Amino acid sequence: MDFQVVVMAGGYSKNLVPLVSQEMPKPLLPVANRPVLSYVLELLEASNLKDLIVVVEGEDVALRVGGWISGAYVDRLHVEVAAVPEEVGTAGALRAVAHHLTAKDILVVSGDLVSDVPPGAVAATHRRLDAAVTALLCITPVSGPSESVSSVGKDKGRKLPRANIVGLDHTRQYLLHVAAGAEVGKDIKIQKSILRANDQMEIRADLMDAHMYAFQRTILQEVLDQKEMFHSIKHDVFPYLVRTQLRSEISDKGAPKNGLNGVDYTLNGSEPASEILTNRTHKCCAYIANKSKYCSRLNSVQAFCDINRDVVGEAGHLSGYSFSAQNNIVHPSAELGSKTTVGPQCMLDEGSKLGDKCSVKRSVIGRHCRIGSNVKIFNSVVMNHVTIEDGCFIQGSVICNNAQLQERVVLKDCQVGAGYVLTVGSEYKSEPLSKK
Amino acid sequence: MDSRRLPRAVIDPKVRQVGFFTSCDPPPARSLSVPADTGASAIVPTDMSSSPPLTDIYITNNSFSSVRIPPPRQVSAEGLHSLGRAAGSTTSVFAHDVLSPHCWEGIQMPIGSYNSSEFMQGKSSMLSPSSSRFDDIDFSEEEATSACLIRTGSGKEAAAFPRSSGEVMMAIKSGANAPAKSALKTASVVKALPEVTGIQAAVPFHFSFEEKDGGTSIEKQNEGIGAARSKQKTTKAERRAIQEVQRAAKAAAKDAGKGAKSTFASSGGALAVAKQAKSAILPSQTKYGSSVASERRVDRNPDKDGKKDVSQSSMQFDDKSRVEKAKRRAAVGHFEARNSVELFRHLPQYEHGPQLQYLESKFFHLDHIHPSVYKVGLQYLTGSTSGGNARCKEMLLAFQEAVMDYSTPPEKTPARDLTSKISSYVSFLIACRPLSISMGNAIRFLKNRIAKLDHNISESEAKSNLLSDIDRFINEKIIVADKVIVHHAVTKIRDGDVLLIYGHSTVVEMILLQAHELGKQFRIVVVDSRPKLEGKALLRKLVMKGLSCTYTHLNAISYIMHEVTRVFLGASSILSNGTIYSRVGTACVAMVSHTFRVPVLICCEAYKFNERVLLDSICSNELGDPDVISKVHGRDGLNDLENCYDATPSDYVSMIVTEHGMIPPTSVPVIFREYGRDQLFF
Repeated sequence: MDFQVVVMAGGYSKNLVPLVSQEMPKPLLPVANRPVLSYVLELLEASNLKDLIVVVEGEDVALRVGGWISGAYVDRLHVEVAAVPEEVGTAGALRAVAHHLTAKDILVVSGDLVSDVPPGAVAATHRRLDAAVTALLCITPVSGPSESVSSVGKDKGRKLPRANIVGLDHTRQYLLHVAAGAEVGKDIKIQKSILRANDQMEIRADLMDAHMYAFQRTILQEVLDQKEMFHSIKHDVFPYLVRTQLRSEISDKGAPKNGLNGVDYTLNGSEPASEILTNRTHKCCAYIANKSKYCSRLNSVQAFCDINRDVVGEAGHLSGYSFSAQNNIVHPSAELGSKTTVGPQCMLDEGSKLGDKCSVKRSVIGRHCRIGSNVKIFNSVVMNHVTIEDGCFIQGSVICNNAQLQERVVLKDCQVGAGYVLTVGSEYKSEPLSKK
Repeated sequence: MDSRRLPRAVIDPKVRQVGFFTSCDPPPARSLSVPADTGASAIVPTDMSSSPPLTDIYITNNSFSSVRIPPPRQVSAEGLHSLGRAAGSTTSVFAHDVLSPHCWEGIQMPIGSYNSSEFMQGKSSMLSPSSSRFDDIDFSEEEATSACLIRTGSGKEAAAFPRSSGEVMMAIKSGANAPAKSALKTASVVKALPEVTGIQAAVPFHFSFEEKDGGTSIEKQNEGIGAARSKQKTTKAERRAIQEVQRAAKAAAKDAGKGAKSTFASSGGALAVAKQAKSAILPSQTKYGSSVASERRVDRNPDKDGKKDVSQSSMQFDDKSRVEKAKRRAAVGHFEARNSVELFRHLPQYEHGPQLQYLESKFFHLDHIHPSVYKVGLQYLTGSTSGGNARCKEMLLAFQEAVMDYSTPPEKTPARDLTSKISSYVSFLIACRPLSISMGNAIRFLKNRIAKLDHNISESEAKSNLLSDIDRFINEKIIVADKVIVHHAVTKIRDGDVLLIYGHSTVVEMILLQAHELGKQFRIVVVDSRPKLEGKALLRKLVMKGLSCTYTHLNAISYIMHEVTRVFLGASSILSNGTIYSRVGTACVAMVSHTFRVPVLICCEAYKFNERVLLDSICSNELGDPDVISKVHGRDGLNDLENCYDATPSDYVSMIVTEHGMIPPTSVPVIFREYGRDQLFF
């Protein structure tokens, strides 16, 4: 179908400290014990997209990611891993791989997307409307599940949900305005010319940019070449394209007048769009994913927790595992002590051992963890090779690889970095803990 | 259903007069009072009042060169069809005049056959006219003769129809007792005669009713005709089925004969037998009927390369086995429609929502579909490309791109491989939205061109030939044709006219704008209808150009028609019996204008003509989104129906404007004959 796919896998994201480490770059962060990048790759694979370009930041990350991909997808996908220097941003990354791009349209997907929205839908919309750029927009989940409200630390990590302001035309196909949450102050400035040309705009703040874009290659490369300052696709390239969609009209005096006439003779304001849109230099479109689809990005610690919980819970079909009758996933090689309970929406992977009288609820526990007796783990993610000794209480926390929790540690909403050791009886609340 | 329609059933097929307009003189004012010119009056031999606008146009135009044309074979068929139609659709009138009141209820039968409880049979009866092609002409003519025979015979003679006999008999017999119920039975008769139109079958039926008092059976004659029929084509199984039916019919006849004056009980018995007979025959019918039908169709159209398209247009979507077959063949999957209206289940059901999602999610799986074709398909599906000309043009341009990107795989000939490619594209487009007739013609043209490619020329040369052929088609058949139509039709607009238009026809729009540019002073009434409200877009364009317009909805048409002097309508297709297949509502507009003696001009390019014959808009139609019709909450058991097209009978149409000139609707077959398929489409 003449599409090329670029996956922006990223590198060591600052937002995810202390979860990311030298050994564990962002693309390999486990979501239900699978690297997050695998979700994107499998989504693309399911759409019959098998030639991919994965762009990562940093050579060592490229090595790791490349090694993992070649192991996991050896016969299934044809993936080229390209390393770009850190801090060039997504636009810079695209520039770096530009010479590989030859197809008519380019699908740019963020590597941290966990979703079941078919990429084909975005591509099809893009083709159908003959757009310059098409973005996937998702309904923002309503401020996370209720149980996470309990703690203060999470809200701090999350800050306030940044509202993305999106302006759509009446058919909800064309994008007229975008403003990322951070840029939105008290008021929104909307271009008059765009508003005039469409005479109706729907402003929505409940839509999230899922970072899946379909670009026309020629336009994308033109923009990347001309605007060397552009750093990010989301913050620079995409808004630029939306902003300039009527540029020819602005430069041409006659055209806006034409638009005015269109408005005058409009009967109910719903007809002129189709005609006026033809005046555009390029069309910016949006595909709004169905509410029933899951769509989320792993771009913060909070998101990491949420996605882990969702993937073993309500969006279980994404994980690719089959759930047991108790609605949880317990690997057959996992060992459970007596009177230990593993609740629903939990995952217990290969070779992990739980002592007696433990309780695990809504948590993901990785491979080869050793957990002592009388340990309570709620709403948490425990990665691989973690040792948790007797009497620990863990709630809403993330414990990275090889961490060690000695007896009677109490953690609430903490992130424990890789290899960190917590001494006996220590108590922490809402803190990131990692080796300096 | 007014009595004026009645006598048209007896159009004399022997002499036809057809005129071609060679000059573009504006006709004088509408003048119904103009006495019939001797030269031109032959057109409506029996009834002047049934089509006054027709005579009007003919008579008053002095400068046309009238051509006397002996009736082509089609004409007789057409006469038959019109006969059938009169019998079928205007039964009530007919019955009043011809039949004694006690037969009244029985006569409702053809209408009763539309009853949803028996829709299977009803449908088949309705459907068959479309599937009966002119290749089957001999067949239908014979039908006609047998119909005549029956008229002279007795009621029991209905058994003369070998395959239909059983139930016709039943119907007649039990009709005496319980006419309404028997009416339902008759429908299934037609099932046994897949080639014969249901209405034709209904015709003899009528007559047999008339003569029912005749009483005694004339078996010999039956057998004679039966033999004649069975000579046509009877397999062993068919004959067995026939026998069975006849046996059942006899039993029923005895039954019914006994209880001619008796109670419902006996008729119930007859009914039971009838049912039994039907159930006995149904499996064989469905099997052999359809197989024979398809066999025959293939036999008689060996040159038809667009078999797929044909099967699409005449496919019965409630025939499970064939739907299954089609599904397997289709490029993309279909969805089961949710709550379809029973009577219309034979049509491809509207399935926009799931289909769009499905196609979108399968975007990257459909690698064999060329991207431009895919794009056009999605545009059809979402409705962003609509209108016969636009759709056809877009499709051809997409095919052009596909041809451009095409390279013959090794060891394959471009003629074959490209044809199969185009076929797969077409089936994809069908999955998006059923093809229009004009698109079918265009596809046939393209395939024909591909088939005729010279094997000796190089691939690039062949491709460039094809590309220029497509260009030529678009140019000649659509763009230039439109210009010529505009040129013709503008002469029919005079100062002070009030023109009524309906829907959104691009040709009509061009005509109006052209007339406006020529400085003619006229007013436009734009009639629109829910749910598409296509008139609004047209209204906008017209108003922007400074034309004076009135906008109204279809329900006010009788009110607004008082001031209208001309009606201009577009058409999706024109069929060879002169029926106009167009946006739903067109028939209503045409009928109202006919009643008000306002001439109706249909503007249609000749590439949209089709040799099929259509009597109603049920057997072949397109279903739209039913949800846009009404929003009723708690709608259990409510099935909405949105048909996109309707069929306007030719007697409501004064004139058809094509690029070949302005012709009366009765002369559509002449276009086929004079210009032929080769010139029309290829």
